[in-house]
Amino acid sequence: MYELKNVTKTYQSKRGLVKALDDITIAIETGDMVSIQGPTGGGKSTLLQILGGLGTPTGGSVVMDGIAVEKLGDSGLADVRAKKIGFVFQNYNLIPTLTAQENVETALVPLGMSKAERQERAVAALEAVQLADRATHLPSELSGGQQQRVAIARAIVKEPAVILADEPTGNLDEATRDDIIDVLEKLWKDKGITLVIVTHDSQVAKRAKTHLRIEGGKVKITKA
Amino acid sequence: MFFKYLSRELVRRRKQTILISSGLSLAIALVMVVAGMASGIKDAEAQALSSLYGIGTDITVSKTASFTQGQFGGQRFNFGGSNNASSSGSRSINSDRLAISRLSATLPVADTTVVQRLSGVAAAVSTLKLNDTKFSGTIPNFSQSSSSTGMGGSGSGSYMQKMRQMGGGSSFNIKSFSVEGVSTNASNSVGPLAGTKITHGRALTAADANASVAVVDATYAKSESLKVGSTLSISSHTFKVIGLVESTGVSPNTPSNVYLPLTEAQTLSGEKGVVTTLYVKATNASEIASVKTEIQKALPKATVSTESDLASSVSGSLSTASNMVDQMGGWLSVFVLLAAFAMSILFTTSGVNRRVREFGTLKAIGWRSSRIVSQVMGESLVTGLIAGVLGLVIGTGVIAAINLAAPNVSASVSRFGNFGGGGFGGSGGFGGSGGFGNRSGGFGRMFGQSSANTMNVVLHANVQPWMFLAAFGLAIIGGVLAGAFGGLRAARLSPAEALRSIA
Repeated sequence: MYELKNVTKTYQSKRGLVKALDDITIAIETGDMVSIQGPTGGGKSTLLQILGGLGTPTGGSVVMDGIAVEKLGDSGLADVRAKKIGFVFQNYNLIPTLTAQENVETALVPLGMSKAERQERAVAALEAVQLADRATHLPSELSGGQQQRVAIARAIVKEPAVILADEPTGNLDEATRDDIIDVLEKLWKDKGITLVIVTHDSQVAKRAKTHLRIEGGKVKITKA
Repeated sequence: MFFKYLSRELVRRRKQTILISSGLSLAIALVMVVAGMASGIKDAEAQALSSLYGIGTDITVSKTASFTQGQFGGQRFNFGGSNNASSSGSRSINSDRLAISRLSATLPVADTTVVQRLSGVAAAVSTLKLNDTKFSGTIPNFSQSSSSTGMGGSGSGSYMQKMRQMGGGSSFNIKSFSVEGVSTNASNSVGPLAGTKITHGRALTAADANASVAVVDATYAKSESLKVGSTLSISSHTFKVIGLVESTGVSPNTPSNVYLPLTEAQTLSGEKGVVTTLYVKATNASEIASVKTEIQKALPKATVSTESDLASSVSGSLSTASNMVDQMGGWLSVFVLLAAFAMSILFTTSGVNRRVREFGTLKAIGWRSSRIVSQVMGESLVTGLIAGVLGLVIGTGVIAAINLAAPNVSASVSRFGNFGGGGFGGSGGFGGSGGFGNRSGGFGRMFGQSSANTMNVVLHANVQPWMFLAAFGLAIIGGVLAGAFGGLRAARLSPAEALRSIA
């Protein structure tokens, strides 16, 4: 799924040059479930952004399904994100003025689908996360766990090759956390997608098959 | 999705939407009101001018008298010779003089034909504008030292000195009214009698060409107790009033007090074969400028004025309003409009800044920058259109309120452009018990009365179709500008930066 070779990512900050990723070489196989852990500021989110095509590396190469991501421009990256990658964020990041179903539909807008097809697939995605009965609710009318389910539905509705989840349970209580991880694990199993989860929670990380620990820009891989 | 998302966002950010729309709408309304007032003032000026030059006149052709030093004086009366001298040192005088104004000169009547033949001229008529001045009363007897003294001219210095030495003893009246010789053959589609109606009696006809008949302005007739059948003395010649006339415009006043057959007026004033004014109507409004140029070429010594040229001769509160709208209204509109545009841009950009997470998320799930820019532009454009509708409603409302209030403004139109309106002297006088001007207003009245018409004009603000287009045009410009700046900010958002900034 992913091949990262000698990837570096540096930022210019007020205190000087910051090396967020330092010569990382890893491979993530299709259908794998990967956890990324590490201390705050260790480079977890930077790695996730590079995997998600939200940014390009300063050096090295990132190949996703045979596509050299670092060579793509803004439009090319947007296309890759639209077709192949689903994101789940810690704060859910739903559009507050759109209903649950409409939020899910936003992921299909760049694919140029008809309204009917968008609606049909959005309803199916909400059913997959057991939230079809809340399709017409606004985010403000949903609990944190329900909002995260909507976010997961938005991530899976386009049938992506990979789901990248950034602290998906960071704002949830333990019961809801388990519930959300169950949902993600089930989708991973049912749909055969690659799942990458950035987490501080060891209970969440334990579910993964491959563990990446990133610290000071360096990565260490452990297989379960 | 585009419209659903757009409408929900506008409703969610209703305070911002209301603020931006209100600011833009007020600016648009102000532009409408200023434009409406400017148009109304232009109409009012046209009304004021029509009272002097008649309705339907596009161009007037006249000739201004040229003066050499010392010539510029009052009218000349001959008080010597046959007037009755008394033993008390004063003598009675009774003079009636019909003459063209000292401020205007004449044109050959043949110029009318020259103008009529020019292309773009629909009609042209000529008239002879005169003032009849009656001078009656007693003045000191100067015959011992000077048998004939003119009041005007270069000799007035020694005249005044003698007056002071004599110590007064004068008592006299000066009465003046305007007389216009008009063609009895021409149609009334243009000229002083265009846009008038006969209220009593009849109009002048071709049969009256050499008759001692007159048509009198109805307002003047009332003030002088003249009726159809009354007689009127002009330059010691008796005329029979055959009709009363009034303007069909806002003010009932017509340009002159009395209308005579042109030939009669020329004969009486000794101005045979000449006229003072040509009234010209162009075939259509777009031809006016070219007709003016043609006339200037054909009659190089004449003064050719269009209605817009003559607008500067309007004074009074109408002129003040016109100046205010021209000078302050325009700048105020521009300033308020720019402020509203700046406010829209600021609020839209600030709105985009508050939606960093939203746009970052949309970019993360695959929305291209162009789609997000369209969304921001769309929201901004709709806000602008709401402002356009609000602006139209407010602007039309204010204009309707102005029209309902129908403010009266005074308009003084000087007959000879910048020369008129004032006059010389006033109610003073030179010593003693009499003096010039104590009863009849002096020279100021003598010249001023016939050279300035003052009337009250109801000021309207006009709503014209182009204003609707302009209002929406401005609203769209405001919306596009704000959307462009906001969209640019949104386009520049890096999804990684956007998501990091809210993490």
